[in-house]
Amino acid sequence: MNTSRRSFLKVVGLSAFALSSGMASLAGTAGAAGAQIAPGRYERGAKALTAKRWAMVIDTRQFHSPEDYEALIEACHKVHNVPHIPGNQNIKWFWLDKYDRVFPDDMNAHINTKTRQAEYPLLCNHCSNPPCVRVCPTQATYKMEDGIVAMDYHRCIGCRFCMAGCPYGARSFNFVDPRKYLSDPVPNPAFPTRMIGVVEKCTFCAERLAEGKMPACVEASGGKVLFGDLEDPNSTVRQALAANYSIRRKPNLGTQPGVYYLI
Amino acid sequence: MLEKLFTGPKSYYVWLLFLLCVIAGCGLVYLDQLQNGLGITGMNRDVSWGLYISQFTYFVGVAASAVMLVLPAYFHHYKKFKRMIIFGEFMAVAAVVMCALFIVVDLGQPQRMLNVMLHPTPNSVMFYDMIVLVGYLCLNIIIGWVTLEAERLDVEPPKWVKPLIYLSVLWAFSIHTVTAFLYAGIPGRHYWLTAIMAARFLSSAFCSGPAILLLLLFLVRRLTGFDPGRDAIRTLSTIIVYAMCVNVFFYLLEIFTAFYSQIPGHMEPMLFLFSGHGGHLAWVSYWMWAAVIMAFASLAILIPPQWRTGPLLPLALIMLVAASWIDKGLGLLIGGFTPNMFEAFTPYMPTGKEIAVALGVYAVGALVLSLLWKIALGVKREARHFSD
Repeated sequence: MNTSRRSFLKVVGLSAFALSSGMASLAGTAGAAGAQIAPGRYERGAKALTAKRWAMVIDTRQFHSPEDYEALIEACHKVHNVPHIPGNQNIKWFWLDKYDRVFPDDMNAHINTKTRQAEYPLLCNHCSNPPCVRVCPTQATYKMEDGIVAMDYHRCIGCRFCMAGCPYGARSFNFVDPRKYLSDPVPNPAFPTRMIGVVEKCTFCAERLAEGKMPACVEASGGKVLFGDLEDPNSTVRQALAANYSIRRKPNLGTQPGVYYLI
Repeated sequence: MLEKLFTGPKSYYVWLLFLLCVIAGCGLVYLDQLQNGLGITGMNRDVSWGLYISQFTYFVGVAASAVMLVLPAYFHHYKKFKRMIIFGEFMAVAAVVMCALFIVVDLGQPQRMLNVMLHPTPNSVMFYDMIVLVGYLCLNIIIGWVTLEAERLDVEPPKWVKPLIYLSVLWAFSIHTVTAFLYAGIPGRHYWLTAIMAARFLSSAFCSGPAILLLLLFLVRRLTGFDPGRDAIRTLSTIIVYAMCVNVFFYLLEIFTAFYSQIPGHMEPMLFLFSGHGGHLAWVSYWMWAAVIMAFASLAILIPPQWRTGPLLPLALIMLVAASWIDKGLGLLIGGFTPNMFEAFTPYMPTGKEIAVALGVYAVGALVLSLLWKIALGVKREARHFSD
């Protein structure tokens, strides 16, 4: 028996042993964990912010230039490790565009210059009736009980049906490896970076709400973006909507967007 | 019957070798895509589906078109189709294999594709699309194989296969209807949001699929001497003409609704497809106009009976296939995504690598078709069902 064959057999034997003992211990932990948590039932932390239906009101009247939005965009992208990828295979969670792009159904050639030239923020609308959730073949995108449309990056197969389905262009696909475009260490190690080949979008900061924090863009806006429970008549968003004229993007499609704009 | 695969002239083996080389070469490009992501394609954030999904859509139609042989043969007892029906069924098998592969190459995370079955989602049309395609593949393999075996043994096919054949007729309509629903149920994509989408898909499938079948059978006739039969060819070309007329008519209906209603969202995709944007023709505009010319030219040849049966038939069929391919294999997807959700224009053009991967899938389809047809031809020759 030559050395290489002997060492090979050694490795095989050791691996077989390690594998079988590993399996046994794995089964043990799984059993213990199963005893503690009933499958599919999780409790919110004591500090978590809760709502029946989260919604956002953006007071665009208080933003006077695109630069005013910069802090919001930066906060969002930093918290969620959103990479900056050049070209049109890019990732967007929170971005700006002109009035006719944001509200293309509201066509008026003589609308005042200020409205026409201003830039408006775009993000996922977290619709009450989201087409992306309807079309997803794996439930990788789903609606949570508080109205947030969430994503499971580990279940997404990257078919991009949700991108075809979303009427707001709110979804981005990782055409290339996003980690190559992030700093090392990543801006926020507590939030997962995404892998290549999955779809992602704004999460309404569900992970921050769970810790009792307001969404990053809301926090960075200094009160110019409101966030609250649409079902609660006393919430800040309901009061703002009651007192001001507001519009939503493409309301005629019946998706019931959860992002309102005060113009 | 598998032994039929191992006898054949040298040219048969050269052809198989050629296909294997193409598959291997294009497979390397696909490995590149697996490694570096769909970034190697021309798709982007605004045009998130491209050549792969459009080819998938086109070949679902080719698969469904087998029904144009099965329906007259089994519902109307049109005996003249019996000799070539197996070629339609086996072409459907190859087409469904291509459809499945086009979906796989389009996925960002293909190793997770079984999630569609692990987490069945009845509200997603893609879930039903998977079911109907897998079902149709099984139906055609079983029906094709059993009827061919019966032909080889010179006996009637077993009785239990009859219900499957009737089921396959309904099933063929379902696969293309469900594929149309992938598009027609999406809010905000103006070009797709039309109730006539499924009907358009079926009419375009029922002219282009049989046209491809006839063209391939003409080639087989030249190579092997197998004759589908004069009457069968005549009847099938009549079916093709009717389907193509309906197909063109349906497209004109779309144009009427868009341009008489004058609703910008409905007009813009068509304006883009045919006249481009900002005073410049898009590359796809040249293709669309070529499709228009070829569609009407093919009808001009196919409608008069004396031309339809004459030597111009193959030319007309080639033009018909090209026109329907441009409409469904290019225009459908590009028009659906342009203008984009912001009513802006993001260009899309497939890259060389994207085209190579698609060609690889085509080659797999050709390989499956060649092997299945080789078996069928071997059985036909043995059973002396080769010509009149």
